[in-house]
Amino acid sequence: MPEKETPGVPENENILSGTRRDFLKQSGFLTAVALTPIGIVKAAESHLDEKVAAFFEKMPLKMEVNGVSHQLSVEPRSTLLEVLREQLDLTGTKKGCDRGQCGACTVHVNGKRVNSCLSLAITNNNKTITTIEGLADGDELHPMQQAFIDHDGFQCGYCTSGQIMSAVACIHEGHAGSETEIREFMSGNICRCGAYPNIVNAIQEVSKGGNKA
Amino acid sequence: MNQFQYNKANEPHSAVKLVAKDPDAHFLAGGTNLIDLMKMGVVNPTKLVDINHLPFSKIEKLPHGLRIGALVSNSDVADSELVKAGFPLLSQAINAGASPQLRNMATVGGNLMQRTRCPYFFDTTLPCNKRKPGSGCGALEGINRMHAIFGASDQCIAVNPSDMNVAMRALNATVHVSGPKGARGIPIADFHRLPGEQPELDNTLKNGELITAVELPYSAFNKNLSYLKIRDRTSYAFALVSAAVALHLEGETIKEARLAMGGVAHKPWRLSAAEEFLKGKMVSEGNFRQAAQIAMKGAKAYQYNQFKLKLAPNTLIQSLRIASGIAAS
Ligand SMILES: Cc1cc2nc3c(=O)[nH]c(=O)nc-3n(C[C@H](O)[C@H](O)[C@H](O)COP(=O)(O)OP(=O)(O)OC[C@H]3O[C@@H](n4cnc5c(N)ncnc54)[C@H](O)[C@@H]3O)c2cc1C
Ligand code: FES
Ligand code: FES
Repeated sequence: MPEKETPGVPENENILSGTRRDFLKQSGFLTAVALTPIGIVKAAESHLDEKVAAFFEKMPLKMEVNGVSHQLSVEPRSTLLEVLREQLDLTGTKKGCDRGQCGACTVHVNGKRVNSCLSLAITNNNKTITTIEGLADGDELHPMQQAFIDHDGFQCGYCTSGQIMSAVACIHEGHAGSETEIREFMSGNICRCGAYPNIVNAIQEVSKGGNKA
Repeated sequence: MNQFQYNKANEPHSAVKLVAKDPDAHFLAGGTNLIDLMKMGVVNPTKLVDINHLPFSKIEKLPHGLRIGALVSNSDVADSELVKAGFPLLSQAINAGASPQLRNMATVGGNLMQRTRCPYFFDTTLPCNKRKPGSGCGALEGINRMHAIFGASDQCIAVNPSDMNVAMRALNATVHVSGPKGARGIPIADFHRLPGEQPELDNTLKNGELITAVELPYSAFNKNLSYLKIRDRTSYAFALVSAAVALHLEGETIKEARLAMGGVAHKPWRLSAAEEFLKGKMVSEGNFRQAAQIAMKGAKAYQYNQFKLKLAPNTLIQSLRIASGIAAS
């Protein structure tokens, strides 16, 4: 797997070196809880309130995204959606409502579809993420991408990456048995342009093609 | 979203300890409710304790029932063969809620704990006794279309928005928790509370208590059942009213009924008097109508939710018809 260096890593490289590691070892309480590393350690060293020191620290995050392993440094409050778009420049995943209400931000985490706007990036440490950019095989579109084109499964296209990620998962889960089932299990993806009938047709074609994608 | 300190708990006791000693610390499970509320500024924790690595992700068979870990995702519960066989009402209710993406993230513990969707609770510029005790209830004389018709107080008329909780109430679940003072089991009837004078409290959990599992006792309520949810669109919307019905039938006779409603109260609402009425009665349209009439005793509507006084009994009757097989689902 290719390893990609991302700017911002070095500051976190020495988290567990020297006295810091000893400090973590010594504290019985901390052995059971992995706290915000640098902040806590710095705070303990300088007798600061741990909360104050920990607030503005970034934390190391390792994720595999579309087959590429990334070492990142993120604020605890960054969502997976923000990190994908703003740190990894994977802008195919869209921010619609930012509140779990539209599905535009749908990606796969360890093979399951989730709303990346409600997932803190830091909770995805060591997980495998697939975004719309990771579906195609080189120049060859994923069958679901092709089906969306063939069936006119979009107008403005804003919801489309979320729709496609969701559609691929819908078939995987075995929830594409009938039009009714597809509609129910695609209901987490809103399309303001109302491309629904064509989206359902696209999914049915891929599903009937026996393409488990 | 405000800054906060992130902590990953590797052992239950340390998670409990961290949250118990700090009123501004919260457990983080799927995040589908908490992160939303943090973005809106409704809840502003200074510390999150990520509990996703605790060992509560299994569904286990017990001699008398099932034990579902607090961190099992809503999808995994709904899709579990053990749940579908023993407690299909629970599968139906969970699948009626949220979206597939959200159900993949949402956990059993988080679902039990989810906050109301009352718009006055969500909008920090409006009064809400639940969010800010003493600020007043904006919904009481405001837009109260989604609000309670049972058990409300003049302090709060919000409803518990969960579908899962309604099925759990009908199935007599027990919520297992672990806290600074040890472990205990809370019958679901006593887990959520009515608003009364303290609407800021949704449930009876004590400081730092962590939900570890839910236990469901096996019963004969796995054959004739229906979770009927009525909402503004066919899917991906909260209930206006929902009715969970499970009947233990012997031929055409109802040996026992379990009835609960969602979208009508501050807690999942069990219809004990209607259950009592149906005991030993025949499956019939007339009996269902009478049961619904009994169930609605004491209901009180507000300006914009008058429709629930009709919608609720009609939903219950239709759900009874489906559960007993006299109507198709
Ligand atoms: C757009 C949208 C639509 C939705 N529609 C529906 C619907 O139709 N029906 C429905 O029922 N639900 C619906 N939901 C709500 C969803 O079911 C809940 O958000 C979800 O169940 C919460 O679980 P979670 O694991 O994500 O909780 P989190 O967000 O992680 O936590 C919620 C709360 O529970 C606490 N908590 C979590 N786990 C524990 C534990 N083990 N012990 C003690 N405290 C704990 C947290 O501290 C937090 O306060 C919807 C949500 C969204 C965003
Ligand atoms: S942006 Fe995530 S669901 Fe709308
Ligand atoms: S294509 Fe425009 S929102 Fe779906």
